[in-house]
Amino acid sequence: MRNMLHIINRSPFYTKTVDTVLKFSKKGSPILLIEDAAAAAAAGSALCEAKLGNIMRDHPIYALKEDLEARGVHKVIEGIKVIDYAGFVELVEKYNTCSWA
Amino acid sequence: MGKSKKIMFIMRKAPYGTIYPFEGLESVLIMGAYEQDISLLFIDDGVYTLRKGMDTSALGIKNFSPTFKALEGYDINKLYIDKDSLDIRGMTLDDLVVQPELVDEEMIPELIEEQDVVIPF
Repeated sequence: MRNMLHIINRSPFYTKTVDTVLKFSKKGSPILLIEDAAAAAAAGSALCEAKLGNIMRDHPIYALKEDLEARGVHKVIEGIKVIDYAGFVELVEKYNTCSWA
Repeated sequence: MGKSKKIMFIMRKAPYGTIYPFEGLESVLIMGAYEQDISLLFIDDGVYTLRKGMDTSALGIKNFSPTFKALEGYDINKLYIDKDSLDIRGMTLDDLVVQPELVDEEMIPELIEEQDVVIPF
């Protein structure tokens, strides 16, 4: 069975999707931060670093380069892998997806 | 038609404040026509969509909660609900218009990951 790619598009300051995904995803399943969630990938927020650091123990985390750049995020939290649109396509080819609204 | 797919709809928002739960339910009904392996999972504020005794007449919008009871007629019988989400809202199965299977944070990741398609609303 293929792992599920969980896609999050809102900041943890706006919705609790990050917590929901952590609670309801299987260990090892990758998580991708896009759109407004990319803002939360920025290094510097103790809350985001704690939250995402906690998730990273069990899940690879990716953030979308184009969305990071658009939001002026040039330094991401350590451990987050930055991918571009082409990398996004590769992930979607590799995994089933669950795009959290 | 090819092999049917396992499709799960996740309801996670409260009713009436946004259009999400209504659209989710509409999508479930549409997919029900395609003979797929459909399931619904209620988590977070999505459990509020199932509360008994709704009366939306003063809001001038449709009370869609009775539609959940009609899902059986579309052969959609796999309904699951997160026990924690109910507990934290002071609710039990007795408060609901339908009786989904109670599931927990051990079972839900397994349910989600065995799907071909997952569509959260």
